[in-house]
Amino acid sequence: MVEQLLLPVVSLGGLGLLFGVALGFAAKKFAVEKDPRIDMVREVLPGANCGGCGYPGCDGLASAIVEGKAPVNACPVGGLSVAEKVSAIMGVEAAAAERKVAVVLCQGDCDKAVDKFKYEGIMDCVAAAMLQEGHKGCSYGCLGLGTCERVCPFDAIHVNEKGIAEVDREKCTACNKCVVACPKNIIELVPESSLVQVKCKSTEKGKDVKANCKIGCIGCQICVKACKFDAITFENNLARIDYDKCVNCMVCAEKCPTGAIKADFSKRKTALINDELCIGCTICKKNCRFDAIEGELKQKHTVIADKCTGCGICEKKCPKKAITLK
Amino acid sequence: MDYAVKLFLILLSSILVNNFIMSRFLGICPFLGVSKRVSTAMGMGLAVTFVIAMSSVITYLAHHFILVKLNMEYMQTLAFILIIAALVQFVEMVIQKTSPSLYQALGVYLPLITTNCAVLGVAIINIEEGYDLLQTLINGTGSALGFTLAIVLFAGIRERLEQSDIPKPMQGFPIAMITAGLMSVAFLGFQGLIK
Repeated sequence: MVEQLLLPVVSLGGLGLLFGVALGFAAKKFAVEKDPRIDMVREVLPGANCGGCGYPGCDGLASAIVEGKAPVNACPVGGLSVAEKVSAIMGVEAAAAERKVAVVLCQGDCDKAVDKFKYEGIMDCVAAAMLQEGHKGCSYGCLGLGTCERVCPFDAIHVNEKGIAEVDREKCTACNKCVVACPKNIIELVPESSLVQVKCKSTEKGKDVKANCKIGCIGCQICVKACKFDAITFENNLARIDYDKCVNCMVCAEKCPTGAIKADFSKRKTALINDELCIGCTICKKNCRFDAIEGELKQKHTVIADKCTGCGICEKKCPKKAITLK
Repeated sequence: MDYAVKLFLILLSSILVNNFIMSRFLGICPFLGVSKRVSTAMGMGLAVTFVIAMSSVITYLAHHFILVKLNMEYMQTLAFILIIAALVQFVEMVIQKTSPSLYQALGVYLPLITTNCAVLGVAIINIEEGYDLLQTLINGTGSALGFTLAIVLFAGIRERLEQSDIPKPMQGFPIAMITAGLMSVAFLGFQGLIK
């Protein structure tokens, strides 16, 4: 009787003990050295595992940061506060990288762009793009079936009633998911401060663009000539803005005959000279590329509001810091 | 010669006729849980194959050299679970050390296999059928390949289903269940293959 009870306990217990010891040794022998900073970084990350950074969850990002594959501010959700904590662990300065936002580079909505045919398939841009490059006359146009909307984890991109995707700049975290998902590659990340974009990706010749869309870039190069800061280059029949050089003067958007260059004029600034600080040095007047400042030497200068584009050159050049942009 | 034929029949029967998912209805949990993508289904299938092949051999040895010797066949389930759990843990450690890429690919599925009834099922069926060591190995590998076959096929169908126009109440699991049922009926067609 005792034997019947004891035998299983001893044998299975022994088996368990054996396995336990074996696993214990194996754990030592096969231990993988892990950087302790991975766990520390993982602690300060939000832990939502949203994948917004492009890595498989917060664990994936933590190891990528420690290996140096990802910057310390790679977490789009945590923002600056998380970036500071991570950089404290990693022992580097948190580079105050400028926030980026996604922009849909197409304005060819149902009023302005022509359709080749009526699409009645799976309501998904990727599927639609496989059929004759999509139903839009322009093969670079936004198909408006909302693939970007569905991949966005932050509810920041929506197809508007005219069939073009629009980004909510406040909600956008620049997680890059819509950029990858868009089969037409017309979503790009731009610096948040940039207020002017060429909202067209068509590399067709001007005539072909015009046939399909009223608001496409027709390659007239007026903007290239109009830009006083050499910020616009022209290649493949398409204007391209160098965001490092662009000062948001918005002249190109004013000159663009089709409206393909879009600027947010409501955010346009005007220079304002503080009379008390101005000494009449004429430096601002000489530097203004739009002849928007008048005034004689040793006299107070004034800004001609109609001509001023808010480019901010005078603000930088003024030795007395008498100019502000408003 | 007869022995070789028998081995072949065991292999064929374990893959097609007595397919673990489709006719024995074991291991349904990962079958429904990790069959959304073909790539993850493949990873799961390979991990299961590896674990089942190893565990069927070890449980065979444990059964014949420990349990039978001590007249403790009634402790079979307990002992096998102990062995499988320890084995999966060990395999995980070894893979993590020796092949980080495989470890990454298998991910969370590896520890999940511990509680997979298909693994325990194979071990117990091996003993019930009275197979010898080689037959055990063949049956284990075959069953696991059958598992992989079923889960990969199912994942392929589910990938297609996601793109299809399915009525709203049927989307997701309902249609997956119906699909699984139809697949099971289809596998029933293999039933008369081996007498």
